[in-house]
Amino acid sequence: MDGKTSLTTLLQVTGCRQAYHKDSTSDLLVLDDVNLTLNSGEIVGLLGRSGSGKSTLLRIVSGLLKPTAGDVTWRGKKLSGPADGVAMVFQSFALFPWLTVAENVELGLEAQGLPKAEREERAEAAIDLIGLGGYESAYPKELSGGMRQRVGLARALVVHPDLLLMDEPFSALDVLTAETLRTDLIDLWSEGKLPIKSVLMVTHNIEEAVLMCDRILVFSSNPGRVASELVVPFAHPRNRLDPAFRQMVDDIYALMTRRAPKPAVAVQTPAAEAGFSTPLQPISTNLMAGLIETLAAPPYDGHADLPALAAGLQLEADELLPMGEALSLLKLADLADGDLHLTEAGKQFAEAGTDDRKTIFAAALRAHVPLVAAIRRTLDERWNHRASAVRFRDELEDHMSPDYAEETLRAAIAWGRYAELYSYDEEAAQFSLEDIETVA
Amino acid sequence: MSRSLPASLTAGRRLPNVWDALATACVFAGLVALVHVTPATLQPIDAPDAVAVTLDPANLPEYALRTTLRMFAALFASLVFTFTVAPLAAKSRRAGLILVPMLDILQSVPILGFLTFTTAFFMSLFPGKVAGLELAAIFAVFTSQAWNMAFSMYQSLTTLPPDLVEATRAFQLSGWQRFWKLEVPFAMPGLVWNMMLSMSGGWFFVVASEAITLGDKSWTLPGIGSYVSVALDQRSMSAIWWAILAMFVVILAYDQLLFRPLVAWSAKFRMELTAGAVAEDPWVLKLLRRTRVLSVVLEWVGDVFAGIGRLRLQMPQMGGDGAPRPPSKLGDAVFLAVAGAVAAWAVYLIFNYVASHDVGLADLGEAVGLGLITMLRVVVLIALASLLWVPIGVYIGLRPEWAKRVQVVVQFAAAFPANLFFPVFVILIVRYHGNSDIWLTPLMILGTQWYILFNVIAGASAFPGDLQEAAKNFHVGGLLWWRRVILPGIFPYFVTGAITASGGSWNAAIVAEVATWGDDKLQAHGLGAYIAQATTDGNFAKVVLGVAVMSAFVLGFNRVLWRPLYAFATRRLTL
Repeated sequence: MDGKTSLTTLLQVTGCRQAYHKDSTSDLLVLDDVNLTLNSGEIVGLLGRSGSGKSTLLRIVSGLLKPTAGDVTWRGKKLSGPADGVAMVFQSFALFPWLTVAENVELGLEAQGLPKAEREERAEAAIDLIGLGGYESAYPKELSGGMRQRVGLARALVVHPDLLLMDEPFSALDVLTAETLRTDLIDLWSEGKLPIKSVLMVTHNIEEAVLMCDRILVFSSNPGRVASELVVPFAHPRNRLDPAFRQMVDDIYALMTRRAPKPAVAVQTPAAEAGFSTPLQPISTNLMAGLIETLAAPPYDGHADLPALAAGLQLEADELLPMGEALSLLKLADLADGDLHLTEAGKQFAEAGTDDRKTIFAAALRAHVPLVAAIRRTLDERWNHRASAVRFRDELEDHMSPDYAEETLRAAIAWGRYAELYSYDEEAAQFSLEDIETVA
Repeated sequence: MSRSLPASLTAGRRLPNVWDALATACVFAGLVALVHVTPATLQPIDAPDAVAVTLDPANLPEYALRTTLRMFAALFASLVFTFTVAPLAAKSRRAGLILVPMLDILQSVPILGFLTFTTAFFMSLFPGKVAGLELAAIFAVFTSQAWNMAFSMYQSLTTLPPDLVEATRAFQLSGWQRFWKLEVPFAMPGLVWNMMLSMSGGWFFVVASEAITLGDKSWTLPGIGSYVSVALDQRSMSAIWWAILAMFVVILAYDQLLFRPLVAWSAKFRMELTAGAVAEDPWVLKLLRRTRVLSVVLEWVGDVFAGIGRLRLQMPQMGGDGAPRPPSKLGDAVFLAVAGAVAAWAVYLIFNYVASHDVGLADLGEAVGLGLITMLRVVVLIALASLLWVPIGVYIGLRPEWAKRVQVVVQFAAAFPANLFFPVFVILIVRYHGNSDIWLTPLMILGTQWYILFNVIAGASAFPGDLQEAAKNFHVGGLLWWRRVILPGIFPYFVTGAITASGGSWNAAIVAEVATWGDDKLQAHGLGAYIAQATTDGNFAKVVLGVAVMSAFVLGFNRVLWRPLYAFATRRLTL
């Protein structure tokens, strides 16, 4: 990559760090030491789980957010404030509901102060290019999701940006619509009809990344880092069923689950209170039970390949991986190299009835989730068997951002409730042993 | 789902604690104060200290308490009204046909203009007793609160989620059970919010209605409002500051002790199942939840109410209840005939009254002309207030850390009865010989401008983050940003605020267009002054005319300007 001349390098991010400021302890990192180079003529994908900071990086690149440390060089100049020649497509479309399709598309041109005639001409061209002709005077609420995202694309393309940023642009759309939009966009790109030099897109959909990108940066979570960089060697149009394509998807799954048995835990804090610093995702116990049952039953019989499982369950990697991780955290399943196997405890769980399942789950929680164990221990020790959630939240916040602390606590509440380890009063924000059968 | 005894009951944890002591003290202090004040209302009106108001600040706590009690009596009456009229209007198609437009019109009638009539009416109910005056004052406040509360409940009852209605029918809940299990909880957040608006407006009217003039006689009911009016007569500036201070304390207490907890509590009846961002509980609610003895008592009270709600009472079967029945043609015909007859009779009465008091076309012309002047004032004021508060509100609203704190202050300012500040302005006008037609005008919006600010802040804080980012990303700035991005975004909120502000300003005109300071009397030209003057003169026919014309203006204003604007805002400017 270093061999390329600086002429073709559009964007350079070096040593980028984004920290969430927390006064009691050291800063909590969202992004750590991220480097990124973007050249003309390529589509680069940022692939990672939610919370890996990839959307944050996109906002840093667009100049909407200033990094805590590190430099962003855009077209050879240091970036400060919203960048010229960078246009963004939003996951939520971000269309102005009070403007028509044409007015939405013209907005960026209006901001540049172009005369009316030129605005209309360029907007018309962009609208036709993206397949929206005839919808000029419609309001966004009259359009389907796919048509709305087309407006989002037209609005970004009409300013003829050098760099198009896309933040999970297809994840709010249904499968068929998303696929149409992807192929339309790639066709236009391959035919050189798009007035842009380069695309940087954020996605959590592995197949989407392999389908569209020339280069993929895989992010690890908490804090976000570039874990690996892959070059996608296939020419457009790509075939999802091509064995080489499948192999690459498989490899990326393996890559993303490689550290999974020990999730990115002790990266920021030494192991002393490692138990408390594991962020948990509040995966519903129904989902976990359903996944275990699916795994235990044929055709998987206790062992599944993640891409196949994801396809079978119509889940995206981003949805399936947290479930698998939750199971592996509880040692009900093993997650490694893109595969998921049920453990002995997992098999027992699959065969057990409602009450036995709760017992197995409770045992797994107390053994493998220190936070849940600590809550129950505190309740057992207190004379009134009550404990405020605030105290646990504060302790969690010493190790993670408030959002993570909140999620972790919610997971602990939901799982503990299912396992009947404790009950929780939402209004008083209090754990207690009310209505819990205390077995000595 | 019977509540079994909690395991911890045996552990003796229900011993009283510090919080109990605190809460109990508050409760008993309230009771003592109530007992102290009530007997005074049964005194004959001519008893020397029954209606005399002195300017000694030491009396202010008692006056403040009496004002507050009137306020709460009126709130209670409004709740009773709401819980009877709103279900009737929602469930009976025929009652709804009459009640809904009536509520709508009553909302727009300037009630201060009617003070004279209601006072005369209640005085005749309790001849020679203070109770008559008290009831008149309470009624004035009631009329400022009841309509929008009833309207809010009616709206909730007509928009019940159909799946929940089906569920109550599938489980065969009786009408009474359904009312308490579904309809009341569903209406609660809207009702609490409207109660809060009502209370804020109510302080204004309670203060205005304590000093009552009936023809050539005038009475003062002990309270903060009458204290201020005496202070005005005696030109005592210090007394006015004392009154403002007392009111400040009262509103602070009411806000902290009652409304913050109530709003936080009502949040649990919201229809979303997802746990949204929840504001921290206000301290009073925390205190209530921490006390042990008190929470046992409250639990018991709650159980009693829940028990009442569980009774299998059948509500009288009416149109909208349960499975709809085809309306009976004959019933409709009879109903329409009766309604028509009543309406005809009412028109005849009005005509008769006007004819016998020889109020002619000339008077009507005069009233309409003055109405136009007042309308000009309202329009200019709303425009000026918007010019001032919209940019400030947007600035604050887009900064979440500010917005929360400022909202609390603004809510407080909206509740504060602005009429207490009128004297301060009047003194300035008198001293600098300002033109009353111009300088009395700002008083009309003194108390109501906050609704604009409040709603604009709410709108700006709710402005979607992705739209802000999109605007930044496409370099939309300056005038274009205001025109294309933020103004359309906050417009629905702004309209809501402006409707409230303009309605309040019309009402305030009656007290704001005329002002006195000792012997100095300031009077502006306008419909408000016209009504106030007619009231002082005891010319009932002119009062009726003035009030009717003002109602027509307010209604017209609402129908021609605000409703279409609001409809446009919700149709076009929201996703």
